[in-house]
Amino acid sequence: MMDILNILLSESFWAASLRIATPLIFGVLGALICERAGVLNLGIEGIFVVGAMCGWMAVWLGAGLWGGVLMAALAGAFFGLLHAILTVPLGLSQHVSGLGITLFATSVSYFTYRTALPNVSSPPRIEPFQPLDLPVLSDLPFLGPVLFQQTALTWLALMMVGLVWYVLNRTALGVAIQAVGDNPDSVDAQGLSVYGLRIGAIVAGSALMALGGAFLTMSAFDAFFFGMVNGRGWVCIALVIFASWRPGKALFGALLFGAFDALQVRLQTEMGALVPGQVFLMAPYILSIMALVIAARSADYPRALLQPWFKGQR
Amino acid sequence: MIRIEPRQHRSRTMDLGIPVLSAVIALAFAAIPLMAAGANPITAYGEMVKGVFGSVFALSEMLTRATPLIFTGLAAALAFRAKLWNIGAEGQLYLGAMAAVAVGAGWLDLPGLVLVPLIVILGAAAGAAGMAVPTYLKSRFGADEVVTTLLLNFIILIFLQMMLEGPLKDPMGLGWPQSAPILDQGMLPPLMDRMRVHSGLILALVLAAVAQFMLARSVWGFRLRAVGENAAAARHAGINVKRSLFGVAIISGGLAGLAGVSEVAGLKGYLTADLSPGFGYTGIVVAMLAGLSPVGVVIAALFIASVFVGADSMSRAMGVSSFLADLVVSMSLLCVLVGGFIARYRIIRSGTGRAAS
Repeated sequence: MMDILNILLSESFWAASLRIATPLIFGVLGALICERAGVLNLGIEGIFVVGAMCGWMAVWLGAGLWGGVLMAALAGAFFGLLHAILTVPLGLSQHVSGLGITLFATSVSYFTYRTALPNVSSPPRIEPFQPLDLPVLSDLPFLGPVLFQQTALTWLALMMVGLVWYVLNRTALGVAIQAVGDNPDSVDAQGLSVYGLRIGAIVAGSALMALGGAFLTMSAFDAFFFGMVNGRGWVCIALVIFASWRPGKALFGALLFGAFDALQVRLQTEMGALVPGQVFLMAPYILSIMALVIAARSADYPRALLQPWFKGQR
Repeated sequence: MIRIEPRQHRSRTMDLGIPVLSAVIALAFAAIPLMAAGANPITAYGEMVKGVFGSVFALSEMLTRATPLIFTGLAAALAFRAKLWNIGAEGQLYLGAMAAVAVGAGWLDLPGLVLVPLIVILGAAAGAAGMAVPTYLKSRFGADEVVTTLLLNFIILIFLQMMLEGPLKDPMGLGWPQSAPILDQGMLPPLMDRMRVHSGLILALVLAAVAQFMLARSVWGFRLRAVGENAAAARHAGINVKRSLFGVAIISGGLAGLAGVSEVAGLKGYLTADLSPGFGYTGIVVAMLAGLSPVGVVIAALFIASVFVGADSMSRAMGVSSFLADLVVSMSLLCVLVGGFIARYRIIRSGTGRAAS
């Protein structure tokens, strides 16, 4: 018991939690924007992969770190646009289209990687984002090491939470995006474009998801590996429901998840002899299912989620 | 202005032609990545065809590859018919495989006539249990089965690693995380001498035929389709929707479990954590290409298996990454989706007078 308390009071634990939470923050925000506009985006897992691959490869080819971030976002936006075309004007099954995007984006990434690097067993490493060591702030007790030694991408993720909250709740655009996910007919009646709003939201959300992937290869690690996304996208889909489609709660959910994940790694080293390590590896996924079970009944789903809308048909 | 209107009649030629056309278009699109990889597409297609139909051995390899895809394709097709989104066939496949080695790898030294059916039944039961859990969470708590089945795939894979390093580990396996081999009499017999194609294929074909018949002709099939098309109306008509969903969940999970049984007891003999290169997920593509029809699943599985086996062979000959197969498979899913739109709706340009109906 004392051990757990010691872990919970340590700076490195909270720093790790925030680090693990970062890709999830991007992913949950991205999925949240799509779903607020009424479209489920199961392409998220593949968009994570494509973001991770593109960001890393752009840096490897000499685009610079922020060039890599931009490339990742553009790649995510491209696959988002594909999902948007299939699900919005064509109104096709969001489930199947999303899974198709995941399979397609993943195989494009893997094929590109293998074609660019045919015979390497370990991928070339890049110089990833370094912790932002801010002069005075980093020396603050506790907060310093936890907050002020994260990389720029973690800061970007935290700023995105504020930005998404602000846009959704304080701007006309945000009100329109939410309305298009609740009652597209009313949006259409006001002369706004349902298609335009939905497509825009999916493209923007997918670009954010890709940044979650880019964080993996450009900050958490320094290279691209097969299978490195490992279900993080699906975890985000569960967390959106847990977060009730609110950016603030999404941040809380991602941090909670990051904390549990960081805790399991530490418990594994402490109790490794007693329990097989896999029990701890399973924990994050079991946790996501539990979060879903707890939140599902009371969840306030966007009312038009999963429902295609065609112009001129009521 | 462009208007979209549902078609009055769905034509049979379209229902049959669209999947075929989607497959062809996806294969044609593959020329782009082939050229990007510096290969001549025509030569590459030639290598692929040779790799599938060039010899009896190649053909047997293709049928071997199609076998698990028929099982997982049926698993997806039946569940999707009822709008139960079972994306967990990958995990259920491993549950079936684990059950198969748990009973078959020496624990019970029974004659083959008893052991083989036991392995098959327990494997199917394990897969069924794997789908019963998310279906329960859906009907009891409203937890979306798409997310829970996807997450369960990861949980089951980790559980598998735990089993392969623990209770199921082969003591003679030189420390590798693999199970002991299934007893000789517990293996599904091969169909041809010196070929890998095995009687799991026969089981898959029989089950596809049964599924086709039941879906079209039985009360069960009628209920299943009714629940899938309009759950509220089905409930109103006195159909027990929850019970129907559980029924199809168990059948779907069981079929996915059989894919694992067939791979481990028909092909590999022992279980490792890389038994399936994503058969569960590919099964979804098979089902969609098949238009969710069981007979279509068999044809689609043969096509997808040809793509994989052909691409593998082309990859060995020309040095192009075999991820090309995954590209073709995912593109054919997207193409068949768009094709489904064209089959269901017509696009009318209005404003230039009324379109003829």
